[in-house]
Amino acid sequence: MALIEMPPGRDLTDALVERVLAAANARTPLRIAGGDTKRFYGRPVAGETLALAGHHGVVRYDPAELVITARGGTLLADVEALLARHGQRLPFEPPSFGSLATLGGTVAAGLAGPARVARGPVRDYVLGARLLTGDGRVLKFGGEVMKNVAGYDVSRLLAGSLGILGVLLEVSLKVLPVARGTRTLRRHIAAQGALELLGAAAQRGLPLTGSFWSKGELYVRLEGCPTGLDELVPTIGGELLDEPAAASLWHGIREQTHTYFTSARPLWRLSLPATAAGVALVPADRVAFEWNGAQAWINGVERQTIDPITRAAGGHATLFRRDDTAVGETSEVFAPLPAPLLDLHRAVKCVFDPAGILNPGRMYANL
Amino acid sequence: MAIDAGLLRELGLVLGPGLLSTPAACVAYECDALTAHRHPPDLVALPTSIEQVQQIVRICRRNSVPVVARGSGTGLSGGALPVAGGLLLVLSRLDEILEVDPRRGLARVQPGVTNLAVSEAAAPHGMYYAPDPSSQVACSVGGNVAENSGGVHCLKYGLTVHNVLAVKLVTMDGELLTLGSETGEAPGLNLLGAVIGSEGLLGIVVEVTVRLLPLPRRVELLLAAFDDVGRCAEAVGQVIAAGIIPAGLEMMDAPAIKAAEAFAGCGYPLDAQALLLCEVDGLPADVADELGRARALLEAAGATSVRVARDAGERQRMWSGRKSAFPAVGRLAPDYYCMDGTIPRRHLADVLAQIAALSTAYRLDVANVFHAGDGNLHPLILFDAGRDGELQRAERFGADILEACVAAGGTVTGEHGVGVEKLGPMCSQFGAAELATFHALKLAFDPAGLLNPGKAVPTLARCADYGALRVHGGQLPHSHLPRF
Repeated sequence: MALIEMPPGRDLTDALVERVLAAANARTPLRIAGGDTKRFYGRPVAGETLALAGHHGVVRYDPAELVITARGGTLLADVEALLARHGQRLPFEPPSFGSLATLGGTVAAGLAGPARVARGPVRDYVLGARLLTGDGRVLKFGGEVMKNVAGYDVSRLLAGSLGILGVLLEVSLKVLPVARGTRTLRRHIAAQGALELLGAAAQRGLPLTGSFWSKGELYVRLEGCPTGLDELVPTIGGELLDEPAAASLWHGIREQTHTYFTSARPLWRLSLPATAAGVALVPADRVAFEWNGAQAWINGVERQTIDPITRAAGGHATLFRRDDTAVGETSEVFAPLPAPLLDLHRAVKCVFDPAGILNPGRMYANL
Repeated sequence: MAIDAGLLRELGLVLGPGLLSTPAACVAYECDALTAHRHPPDLVALPTSIEQVQQIVRICRRNSVPVVARGSGTGLSGGALPVAGGLLLVLSRLDEILEVDPRRGLARVQPGVTNLAVSEAAAPHGMYYAPDPSSQVACSVGGNVAENSGGVHCLKYGLTVHNVLAVKLVTMDGELLTLGSETGEAPGLNLLGAVIGSEGLLGIVVEVTVRLLPLPRRVELLLAAFDDVGRCAEAVGQVIAAGIIPAGLEMMDAPAIKAAEAFAGCGYPLDAQALLLCEVDGLPADVADELGRARALLEAAGATSVRVARDAGERQRMWSGRKSAFPAVGRLAPDYYCMDGTIPRRHLADVLAQIAALSTAYRLDVANVFHAGDGNLHPLILFDAGRDGELQRAERFGADILEACVAAGGTVTGEHGVGVEKLGPMCSQFGAAELATFHALKLAFDPAGLLNPGKAVPTLARCADYGALRVHGGQLPHSHLPRF
């Protein structure tokens, strides 16, 4: 086994450092942009655009090591195609929300797709990073090995940091082999019944790598060796989807092109413990859920409807997509932090971006 | 150092008999499992509630007294070594399992609960807690969080960081913060990820919510022997490249095989140069499929023999040799020193050859056990501390191994932590800018710098000394050895 030969790509580190230093000196806020496909996510940032798309290329990939290292501006699609050629994939099945999505943007946004229910979030797969800080330092944290406890785990801290700590120049991710087989089932079932079925299946250790419920229909994805899957299919029940239909369904859920996601705004994302019982408080046609109920979506309702649900369920809500007519809207989109925790966020931000020029306000106002 | 009477009185009011301050009572806590470093603590606090922890920390903060947290004291890098004039905060009495919920797939425990106790409490529900460090009978969950502990099943099931959903953390200000959540998701930055593995420098973990997994329905173990270490390492890469993720993939070299066989009588082939234990688990059909493919791959890769454990009893016997490798090697010499570097697997044969050359140069024997799946090496250096200079030689040998790991693109510690032990080698792995950032990050959590000071991250001054030492080390007997 050996490293795969790669085209060199393009390393713009020096130019990016210069640009960030100049902005820091002038106190000019920068809006970091990879493919700009997730610009809708988080709060709007007023600042000059710092484009990362030109800083691209896979730096190292050895399938036998289960690790890929690539520059932040590398297209997510290119990374996924390369991995697929070697029977591997990004385990967290990230959404791209557009063909120009980059690997750096994927890690910074920290969003995972249907497979998160089985394989965990983005941060679980971040092994290392090269970071350009807000004061022009280029720092290297972590590495390309699975086990590494030297120093604080800054690279995992960067997953989901929305660019407020630095520019991801390079990331190293753990990858996993593609499953030998996959089956998708559709069942007509009410929300509560679906949650119970999924909970029981998870507890029994079934290889459930995707679940989606909307409008009285539950879709379940199982992965593993084909003979085993055929034995498991009757225990879930329902109708088996053929492969193209299944692939298109999960792609639509991951990329939010499925009709549920395009039908009404605003779109709220709720992170809920175990049961999405609180979701019963809104009309069923406004609700969808994934991850066995741990991620629920509610569309077309206002904040006052959402707050009591998350309070009752002990979860938290994100204003994932605004109403398209809400131009210039700057309210918080992430759940508020307790004061001591927000203070700690400010102190941590200051370590990496003392002038506060990188994506200011993207996560919270004044952060 | 003399302890202020007012401070003693204040702490005594909070802790009552849970405060130890006489040398006779404190000496039991003078070290963790890195016994070469000892320092009797001046004060030992044994709190029984989160409120007590908060009160103690506030008193210490007001009086500028350093605080070192300690769980069971099984750490291998001196992370729980007391510091002069400080208070040792022993969390072993916070040992309650607060909740086990199979439906939500989680357990909520206090930090002093032992790692194995979590799995034992989950077992009646058909579940377990995946991280299994070799000290799991004794080590505490709080200590696991501090060290980001691993074990033999990390390749498939991850480290502590992959299996902890949330922690409650007391900061040096006495604030109680919750990081993460039951679903493992929380708004804001992933501070939980930064706290796990922070060796007690950022806060005191007072409650941990861990993810439980269903016990695998079927487990199979393969034992493959090789007449060449390089071929064995190559075979590991082939298994993984073929899309098999074994639950455990452990390798041992000839000295480790001989020691383990002599100690445990586990049936290892004594003529092998390398041995591979490959465990696959999961649903019966998947396990049968992976077992068959792994077996064929290992045979094709040149294994001299491949054996599948017939039943659970034989599986346990085959594991017993690997699991008792440390005490087994411990019988070969009065002392041993365990290293913990991680490397990209493709460099394994090279690094093992370098270790062998260093062994000759330092005139000290070494046995290697290796978490082959994730590249985590545990060379065990044999020495006799009773002989003049041998401990120092063993430490220099160890530091050179870690240098070789860094040069191969790896790390100086895969799962044991830096503590006081690897402060020097940290200077090789990180540049001044990264180290300065680590110090700044600590101050963001602990502005007065009172939590476990002097551990985990070397000062820049120390690195300057270490650099000078390394240059001087060029005169040492191994200076002719090639480096990469």
